[in-house]
Amino acid sequence: MVSFITYKLILVIIVFLVSLLIAMYSTYAERKVAAFLQDRIGPNRAGPFGILQPLADGVKMFMKEEIIPDVSNKWLFILGPCIAMLTACMTGVVIPWGGVLTIRGHEYPMQVTDINIGILYLLGVVSIGVYGIMIGGWASNNKYSLLGALRASSQMISYELAMGFAIIALVMHTGTLSVREISEMQTGWHWNIIYQPLGFLIFIICAFAETNRAPFDLPECESELIGGYHTEYSSMKLGFYLFAEYINMFISSAVIATLYFGGYHVPFLGRFVHDANALAILGSVFLFAKIFFFIFFFMWIRWTLPRFRYDQLMHLGWKILIPLSLLNVAITGILMYLTGRIH
Amino acid sequence: MLTNRSQAVAKKEMTLAERLYLPAILHGLKITVSHFFKKKVTIKYPEEKREFSKVYRGTHVLKRDEIGAERCTACGLCAVACPAEAITMVAAERKKGEEKLYREEKYASVYEINMLRCIFCGLCEDACPKEAIFLTDRITPSTFKRGENIYGKNKLVEPIDKPIDISARQTQAVLEFKKHKEFAHNKVYTEKQLPNKH
Amino acid sequence: MTLYLFYFLSFLAIISALMVVVSKNPVNSVLFLIITFFAIAGHYVLLNAQFLAAVHIIVYAGAIMVLFLYVIMMMNFSKESEPSKTKLSQIVATVAGGIFLITLIGALHFYDVDMSPGHSDPGAGLVGALGKVLFSKFLLPFEISSLLFLAAMTGVVLLGKKNNDNS
Repeated sequence: MVSFITYKLILVIIVFLVSLLIAMYSTYAERKVAAFLQDRIGPNRAGPFGILQPLADGVKMFMKEEIIPDVSNKWLFILGPCIAMLTACMTGVVIPWGGVLTIRGHEYPMQVTDINIGILYLLGVVSIGVYGIMIGGWASNNKYSLLGALRASSQMISYELAMGFAIIALVMHTGTLSVREISEMQTGWHWNIIYQPLGFLIFIICAFAETNRAPFDLPECESELIGGYHTEYSSMKLGFYLFAEYINMFISSAVIATLYFGGYHVPFLGRFVHDANALAILGSVFLFAKIFFFIFFFMWIRWTLPRFRYDQLMHLGWKILIPLSLLNVAITGILMYLTGRIH
Repeated sequence: MLTNRSQAVAKKEMTLAERLYLPAILHGLKITVSHFFKKKVTIKYPEEKREFSKVYRGTHVLKRDEIGAERCTACGLCAVACPAEAITMVAAERKKGEEKLYREEKYASVYEINMLRCIFCGLCEDACPKEAIFLTDRITPSTFKRGENIYGKNKLVEPIDKPIDISARQTQAVLEFKKHKEFAHNKVYTEKQLPNKH
Repeated sequence: MTLYLFYFLSFLAIISALMVVVSKNPVNSVLFLIITFFAIAGHYVLLNAQFLAAVHIIVYAGAIMVLFLYVIMMMNFSKESEPSKTKLSQIVATVAGGIFLITLIGALHFYDVDMSPGHSDPGAGLVGALGKVLFSKFLLPFEISSLLFLAAMTGVVLLGKKNNDNS
């Protein structure tokens, strides 16, 4: 029992630290990718190739003056970034980061917890994440912050629906709500992207919207709203908001890789590697490679597409994605009936 | 036609592929990723320097003559010529024994250029009858305080031991003019020939 | 362990439910209501009804309360915009609330609650079991409630549509 708890504790800490580390270096990667896509070279002063830039940014964030507006609601003002950071860190626990390690006869799955409603847990945490933005935006007592917060909430609610429908089609296909089981099913080339291409497209668009990333970054649209919901934030509270966004991006990439791209499965890997532990570790490595690709994809999209106008955003969400995702559910059902998987 | 890439604009119904937007997005992604591997245009400044034009106009220098005396005579023509009114000076009379310091009988005891106002047009250089002021290929560094941008004689006059090369700025016409040794300011003095009559 | 969790969650639920009513600021009320929902979701988890807990969080805390908060933030309620409370309305409210309380107590008093633990199948709250029950035993109510949603959606579309006659 005790060893079980220590093992889970260590796993939680590892997941937490890895999320933070990857989020930290995502900020660096974002600047590098942006620079490279624009024929520049990006940060290169702090350490070789600017590799220490995130540390420098972190120190800067901590050292900066902390301003809490006089007219703001102080408790809620502090609560906002806390919730944003908390919900961002909470999602990592249901994602299977790798196969099962067997050390001295004990089995150690590389997943913090495999609850049987893993996908719903993900959706639930994501839907709570909006409170961080809303509370922070409202507590600032600033019209730009409020507008940003309102935009964020309506955007996230709208896209959650299409995301939910996309996941329903996926769940119909896999027949389980557990993230680990979905991951286990995708051995070889049986990746869900092949069975659910439309669902994947809808899911990734919604993932962009849920993480408030470009082209859906209207909540923090600089040209109209200054900084959006974090206009009044400074120092590490602002850092938390920005950091939460990057953690969300990492987790979204992990979810996409797990749900649609085979998770820690790599085709034909089993033919070359026969040791189960080596296979599990290699699987994790490949999972992270997939995740990094999607993080890059998030950035790639950001530096390619311009921002949506607000009515276009709502039009896309309600009039295109939701009917499309319903259609996807119907098609999935019909195909399952035709292939004889349901009677 | 200004460019070979111009396209005629027409408002017509979009085809299905166009209305899906996805092909257009993929096209955009292709364009951006192609830039990912292109040669970067950044010049890492302190290590690498951008090549300057031969006639680049940077920070001014107040020249000394062959024996190290300041050439400026505080005539004020540069200040008059300056379109940005960046130059101010206070003239003073040369005392006995200062012949090695100042070439002319009158000199500038204070000479200031406000680098925030200066537009680096080079008109001061054209106006100078004594070949005292030149613009060089040196960059005017940024500063933390506004006051540091007002350059006095300590920053403008070239050091005696390290003369600043301005040969690139001397055009054919200037060199031609310099051949006329009968003009006072073109005379080459040695230390013995110092003119000490008032 | 479970008992202590139950006491903690119940305490949290009741305190925050009271705070919903007591707190002056409507935004705070909504936030306390969200905490109440979380505590109730915790109870669902204790009853091994994880699906219900997750859906409760997604639907109530994640969607409906966001809309509530949205509206309250848009309206920007403050002390000035609060409707005046006359003596009469206060008395009427007290009487109505009291009657409701008595009804509740009476109903609970005469209803025989089976408090013995473990009287049902522990897997009843899981997704599979729930789905089977919904699509066999409770098929009709399930479909009727979906019809209700459809009606509501149609109504919203109708209301949201631009009225061309007025312009």
